[in-house]
Amino acid sequence: MTIKKPIWILAAALSLAACSSGPQQILINGGGATFPYPMYSKWFDEYHKLFPNVQINYQSQGSGFGVKQVTEGTVTFGASDQPMTDEQIAEFRQKRNTNILHFPTVLGADVPTYNVPGVSTDLNFTPEALAGIFLGKITKWNDKAITSANAGVKLPSSEIVVVHRSDGSGTSYIWTDYLSKVSDEWKTKVGKGTSVNWPVGLGGKGNEGVSGQIKQTPNSIGYVELIYAVQNKMTYGKVRNRSGAFVKADLMSVTAAAAGVEMPDDFRVSITDPTGPDAYPIASFTWLLIPEEIQDKQKMNVMRDFLKWMLGPGQGMTVELLYAPLPQPVVTKEQAAIAKIH
Amino acid sequence: MATAPATLPRPHSFAQRLRAGDSIAYTITFAASATIILITGLLAYYLWTGSALTRQRFGWNFIFTSTWDPVAGQFGALPFIYGTLVTSFLALLIAVPTGLGAAIFLAELAPRRLSDALTFMIELLAAVPSVIYGLLGIFLLVPLLQSKVVPALQAVFGFLPIFSGTFHGVSLFSAGLVLAIMIVPFIISVSREILLAVPNDQREAALALGATKWESTWKVVVPYAMRGILGSVFLALARALGETMAVTMVIGNTPRIQASLLSPGYSIAAVIANEFTEATNDFYLQALVELGLVLFALTVVLNGLARLLILTTGGGVKRR
Amino acid sequence: MTLSFRRRAVNAVMLTLTGLCTVFVAGILFVILGYLAWNGARSLSIDFFTKLPVPIGQTGGGMANAIVGSAKVLLVALLMGVPIGFLGGVYLAEFGQSAFSSVVRYVTDLLNGVPSIVIGIFAYAVVVKQIGFSTLAGGFALGIMMIPIALRTTEEFLRAVPVSLREGSMALGASKTRTIFAIVIPAAKSGILSGLMLNLARVAGETAPLLFTSFGSPYWSYGWLQPTATLPVMIYTYAISPYEDWHRQAWAAGFVLLTLVLAVNVAARFAIGRSASHR
Repeated sequence: MTIKKPIWILAAALSLAACSSGPQQILINGGGATFPYPMYSKWFDEYHKLFPNVQINYQSQGSGFGVKQVTEGTVTFGASDQPMTDEQIAEFRQKRNTNILHFPTVLGADVPTYNVPGVSTDLNFTPEALAGIFLGKITKWNDKAITSANAGVKLPSSEIVVVHRSDGSGTSYIWTDYLSKVSDEWKTKVGKGTSVNWPVGLGGKGNEGVSGQIKQTPNSIGYVELIYAVQNKMTYGKVRNRSGAFVKADLMSVTAAAAGVEMPDDFRVSITDPTGPDAYPIASFTWLLIPEEIQDKQKMNVMRDFLKWMLGPGQGMTVELLYAPLPQPVVTKEQAAIAKIH
Repeated sequence: MATAPATLPRPHSFAQRLRAGDSIAYTITFAASATIILITGLLAYYLWTGSALTRQRFGWNFIFTSTWDPVAGQFGALPFIYGTLVTSFLALLIAVPTGLGAAIFLAELAPRRLSDALTFMIELLAAVPSVIYGLLGIFLLVPLLQSKVVPALQAVFGFLPIFSGTFHGVSLFSAGLVLAIMIVPFIISVSREILLAVPNDQREAALALGATKWESTWKVVVPYAMRGILGSVFLALARALGETMAVTMVIGNTPRIQASLLSPGYSIAAVIANEFTEATNDFYLQALVELGLVLFALTVVLNGLARLLILTTGGGVKRR
Repeated sequence: MTLSFRRRAVNAVMLTLTGLCTVFVAGILFVILGYLAWNGARSLSIDFFTKLPVPIGQTGGGMANAIVGSAKVLLVALLMGVPIGFLGGVYLAEFGQSAFSSVVRYVTDLLNGVPSIVIGIFAYAVVVKQIGFSTLAGGFALGIMMIPIALRTTEEFLRAVPVSLREGSMALGASKTRTIFAIVIPAAKSGILSGLMLNLARVAGETAPLLFTSFGSPYWSYGWLQPTATLPVMIYTYAISPYEDWHRQAWAAGFVLLTLVLAVNVAARFAIGRSASHR
């Protein structure tokens, strides 16, 4: 059939181009959390520069994606800001016939970020104010719950626009985990999870989507990972911790949040609302989710090597992106755990 | 382009002339046709079996309750259905009069060359990818609505519940507008062809009786073509209901039912796009597949109606 | 015959309104084109076509891999959807008088109306769960979307071939198969090919089904079983992000995509118009 001729030529040319340029490339697909995406994006890029034949393709589609797709086996590894639940682990075992390992990579923090015209200072937020805003009980910026912690700041009487994540997200998990710890009403009405039934607000997809939405919407407030707020020059507030101090999220205060933690053997731990006097209260580890047994041994070796590199030189790159590096005891514990991957 | 099938006479003498070798061509082309039915069948089968769990658990409550709470395992699709219907009907409300007006102009008034040139441009509009409408929606339409259109609208109609509340840019209203722009080319190009197919004696008779051009068009030609025009509206509606990207980008992704058009909402297609790859348990996933099933069912019904209407339009529709 | 003033006024006002509607809709095309050209052309550079995306936070880079990725996904879609649609169209035009053919017609219309996101769900269940996110999975989804239009255009253009041509061929003793493939299809070739181009242009901008199937990647995608970046998905992810530099690239990508899609549309429609007027 003459009609098809040019198409076949095109096909042949493309498939030639597609095959000839691949000298023993190893491609590993992963995806999940957007919270550490800037860090992972940098790590995988640096690692690719060190080992040009290794490509680690990471797509930031939300922690829910990481858990789901690693369970389905459509990606080699997942990433999540919420440790997998016992049911999820059981489902993974049943579907994949192996165990799932959690590897903490960095520490990050959720910050309340807002776009209030005329307000450029850092606002102070009490846990009650945050819970009230996200429950839809505090609806105006000049509500007493907000103004009482912000003497001297003139807040408008405008309505508060809440922005939250529309996708399943570890950032949401950390935020709701925190709100559940500080507000009983939140705990019973909404609960914690990567995607919850939000009482109020607009949804944006990804940390990117939420920051984008806040920038476009006056009088809005939302929560994003610290680095997204900093990179996008968004204003974000201080949060009162358990000892009563208003703390701004930064490397020091996030590291302080992890300082007192007792790390369990499976690395699944929550560090929101910690006790330390300097600790920022809405911080968390973020995890890579790696199956214990990886069929493709080449990929298995890359995963092991990458983890070793990540726990060594990789940790040195965290600070410039405003992620707190892992505490040394956690690093040591993880290095021992790498051997479990086979 | 959605057009009714051509109705050229079939070369009927050929059927009797099958020879050796002809059966091969027949078999191959028959197999290809059967494949299409098979694929569509598989699609429907998957949507049906893939949502068995939620269909059993919630039954019709899935469609009539409004709590979408993945944490608690509660799945009610009403807010998505509401958002989908509201945005689609808003789009129709804007696109049908505009589209019909333009189709009348192109079919009845404009000289043939001008009409063809304008139709050509309008059909190009139908070719613009959905994601580009979304891009323009975020960066052009939403800021424009926010700074100019909505304040003016609220100053005049603010007392109406549908225009009350604070406007955040992304909203049912914005999504409806984007959809209107996306479907208007379909309404125009299909309606124009249907109007052109109306026999000339209809017009001449009306004019001879002393009707003005408008009267002959509105009272004679349009009613004559009514079924076909309705068909084009159903096709446009089907398209609006399933539209994903542009809507996701401007609707606000909030699963709540609010009276104000200026408040954010959510649509069926948008929630599937946002949550499908990350539904962490089977239940959640099946709820999303069931949403797909709802969309599919709507498509079947609307297409059936449109087909019925366009096919039964008096005289049939001839291509230029 | 005298007309009342009111009737003449209504006539004039309504006719003017219909004209305004037309100008308004046609005007939208220019707004879209103008706005995209203004933002897109400014953001466009050689890097866009030759470089890979860079990690977040760094500026620069391009979408070379997404352009190639889109081309590969479309190729798979073409190889999958067009033969089925084409042969189905031949069936309907040349053999289609049975009850079966009206079922085929109905189902094809139905498939054409199925929202692309639903096709995405299907492709995820059928392909991605077996072989993972890949060019192939994306092509499968778009391929299904190409079938109905390929079928419809093939049928339409085959039917437009004059009966006298077929009868001439048969009279000379050619079999029906031979008549179809040697006479009828070549006569309808340019129409069918133009239809094919329009079809390709239509699915080239599809985003929703690719979110679950071809996924994304910052690298070149080798072979057919790896995830790949595509232009529409890149526009989506970059547009909803908060980064100025990503917005800039989204405009550039949107401009490139729209230019390609519209150019193909214009060319194909002219080709169809010409071949029609030759008849």
